[in-house]
Amino acid sequence: MEDNNTNELLGRLLGPADPEIGCEACFEELDRYVELEAAGEDADAAVPGLRPHLEGCPACREEHDSLLALIRKG
Amino acid sequence: MSATTATVGVGMRSSPVAPGRTALDPESQELLEALKSSGRVYDDACARLHELLLRAARFEVARRRRGLAAGEADVIATEAADDALLAVLRRLDDFRGLSKFTTWAYKFALYEAAVKVRKHAWRDRELPVEEDVLGALHGGLPGPEEDVEMRERLGMIAAAMDNVLTPHQRRVLVALGVNGVPIDVLAERLSTTRGALYKTLHDARSKLRSHLEEAS
Repeated sequence: MEDNNTNELLGRLLGPADPEIGCEACFEELDRYVELEAAGEDADAAVPGLRPHLEGCPACREEHDSLLALIRKG
Repeated sequence: MSATTATVGVGMRSSPVAPGRTALDPESQELLEALKSSGRVYDDACARLHELLLRAARFEVARRRRGLAAGEADVIATEAADDALLAVLRRLDDFRGLSKFTTWAYKFALYEAAVKVRKHAWRDRELPVEEDVLGALHGGLPGPEEDVEMRERLGMIAAAMDNVLTPHQRRVLVALGVNGVPIDVLAERLSTTRGALYKTLHDARSKLRSHLEEAS
C-alpha cells in the first residue's frame, strides 16, 4: 500500500488536527495569504489557521493553488 | 460559500490585523478610484476589470477542464467573469488594501469559475448513495495486499460514523470524504452553502477524532 494514498484517505475522513478557519474566512484572507507566500514571507504566521483549512478543504485548496499560480505567472 | 458572505471561522477566526502593506500600489489605487467614479471613467474601469477577471476565469477553467469542450469552457469562463464583476463591484468597500487590488479581484473570478466547473462536471450525475461505507473505504485502499492495521482503523472509523455522528453529519462526511462529491455540488443539492457544509464536516471530523482517541 502506498502511504500517501492511505494518508490522503484518512485526511479526507478525519481532517486536519490543527485549528482551522472556515471557508468564508479563507476566502477573505486568500489574496493576502498568497501574496505573502509568493514574496517568501511567513504567510502562516500572518493568517493562522488558513493552512490547516487548505489541508481539509479540497475546494479552497484548488482556489488557493490557482491564485498562487496566477500571480506567479504575472 | 458565497463570495459575498461575511467572514466566519470554523474553529477560529483569522487575524484582522494585516502586517506589511500600508499603502496601495499605484495601479491598484488608480483602478479602485476609477471604479468608484462615474460616467466614462467608470465604464472604462469596469471594462478593464472585466478583462482581468476573464483572464483569471479562463486560467482556472483551463486548469480544471474536466472534460469540457472548448465552447463550453469559454461560456463558463465568460459567465464566471460576469458574475465575478458583479461580486467585485458589490464588495469594493470591503477591499482593505492588504494585497494588490488585482489579486483581490482575481480570487472572485477563480472562485466563480471553479464552482461552475465543478457543478458542470456533476450536472447529469445523481449523488451516490453509500450504504456500505466500510466496503467503500476498503475499496479506496490503493494496494491489493492486506494491511490489517489500516483495515482495523478504517473499521473503527466506519463504526464511529454510524454511532457518534448525526444522520446529517454522516451524510455530509460520506458524500465529501468517501464518495468525493465536490462541496459546491453537495451544497447546491442540499440548498445550503459551502461554508455551512464545511462547518458540518469539521464538526463530524472533530467528533470522529475525539471518539477514536478515547477508544485507543
